[in-house]
Amino acid sequence: MSDTLAIVLRVLAVFVIFLVFPLVVGQTEHKVMAHMQGRLGPMYAGGFHGWAQLVADGVKFAQKEDIVPAGADRRIFQLAPAVALLPYLLVLIAIPVGPGNAVGQALDAGVFFVLAVMGVGVLGSLMAGWASANKFSLLGGLRTAAQLLAYELPMLLAAASVAMAAGTLSLPGILDAFQWWWVPWQIVGGLVFFTAGLAELQRPPFDMPVADSEIIFGAYTEYTGLRFALFLLAEYAGIVVLCALTAVLFLGGWHGPFGADGLGWLWMLLKTVVLAFGVIWLRVSYPRLREDQLQKLAWTCLIPLALAQIALTGVIKVVIS
Amino acid sequence: MGIPGSGLAKGLAVTLRTMTKRTVTEQYPDVQPELPSRTRGVIGLFEENCTVCMLCARECPDWCIYIDSHKETVPPAAPGGRERSRNVLDRFAIDFSLCMYCGICIEVCPFDALFWSPEFEYAETDIHELTHERDKLREWMWTVPEPPPLDPGAEQPKEIAAAQKAADKLAAQQAKEAEEAAAAQQAESGQAGEAPQAKDAGEEA
Repeated sequence: MSDTLAIVLRVLAVFVIFLVFPLVVGQTEHKVMAHMQGRLGPMYAGGFHGWAQLVADGVKFAQKEDIVPAGADRRIFQLAPAVALLPYLLVLIAIPVGPGNAVGQALDAGVFFVLAVMGVGVLGSLMAGWASANKFSLLGGLRTAAQLLAYELPMLLAAASVAMAAGTLSLPGILDAFQWWWVPWQIVGGLVFFTAGLAELQRPPFDMPVADSEIIFGAYTEYTGLRFALFLLAEYAGIVVLCALTAVLFLGGWHGPFGADGLGWLWMLLKTVVLAFGVIWLRVSYPRLREDQLQKLAWTCLIPLALAQIALTGVIKVVIS
Repeated sequence: MGIPGSGLAKGLAVTLRTMTKRTVTEQYPDVQPELPSRTRGVIGLFEENCTVCMLCARECPDWCIYIDSHKETVPPAAPGGRERSRNVLDRFAIDFSLCMYCGICIEVCPFDALFWSPEFEYAETDIHELTHERDKLREWMWTVPEPPPLDPGAEQPKEIAAAQKAADKLAAQQAKEAEEAAAAQQAESGQAGEAPQAKDAGEEA
């Protein structure tokens, strides 16, 4: 009985995090982006500095009519938002937030699971683009596919480097083996992982698949109401997951200069928040890459860097063992 | 330039610096904007100064000023004098749906009866309601700010300059007269004193 209760509690905790954190990131993005552009951002909803803006947005989305275009592939079209969103919930279960047992579900092949399921999330956009019966959606979907192919590889290679260093695929296992000098050792891999993750989330400056000035909103063009909101939520859930994963793999997760036993989750939270701020910062600062620049960056820059990181990891691993 | 990627870092620095600065957003309905003192918001009428000379209505490029008046005879000020006739303003209205805020009427008014006011919240839902009558225009006079101080080194206002010139001229004339008077006096006393001196000199020689 207590086992069941513990499982329910864990799942509930993960679910609450999944529902709250993306909204917090979204609101932070509203405000940070506004101030970086010399504006104030939302100021009315909720009274104090527009804190309830995203709640208001959610209410608005829920009230809108849910439209499926006449020529669309109905079933696939309606399923796509769920496919985009749910993988991030699954990934969140496997991410350790503190030492010991503070993880939704410890998996032996954690890195493998996490990266595989995150890849599924991109499939949602692809389904949406194909099922919408709209040329802009299809263009967006195909760009998503091209981007997924290009950036999944460097991401996997960078993660593989960490797994090599730790000698395990388990995320808690990697954190148990973590030493502070892994940060400079794996820094290149970390940068590659983070950049490739941004591209996989289709965040600016890698938002070619949804380039609103060219192809309206890419794969999401035909979506309205709650389904559209789910796609947006998936993007922000993706940011949370990417930042948490980068923190776990490359920045030592719950390890900190002090207080790792009691305050481990705080270190993890701090690292995730700083990375999420970085994601927003990059969006404000850089213009969108062209499609060919996007591909060039992945194939001629990130993949060689990731391979070099793996080579470095291998050499050092052999030297110290 | 130089180091590759320095441009990217510069971009990040710009956005971060902007974030730490004050925003430029005006929160208008909550906070009134700070308008410069010469703002052209609305035209106020100081009707006590108006003589119904009609110059403003005639100079208005889009004919948006409406003036009606009648004549009244005023009894003579002193017994046995002549009766005077005087213009009395009946209606003064500005149609702000036509007005293009050029300010020519204000420039042209010789009696200082028209003024710019920074008041700008007089939107209406019907275009006909934008024709504002003299009572409304008179009310806007209360919102006219006092004229801003002159820039350092600026020319003096005409009135003061003219008065100053007249005063200077008068002072110069008085000084000249005083000088002339003094010179004349000295010359008189000098002639009286010079003759005996010359005589003395002649005797010595």
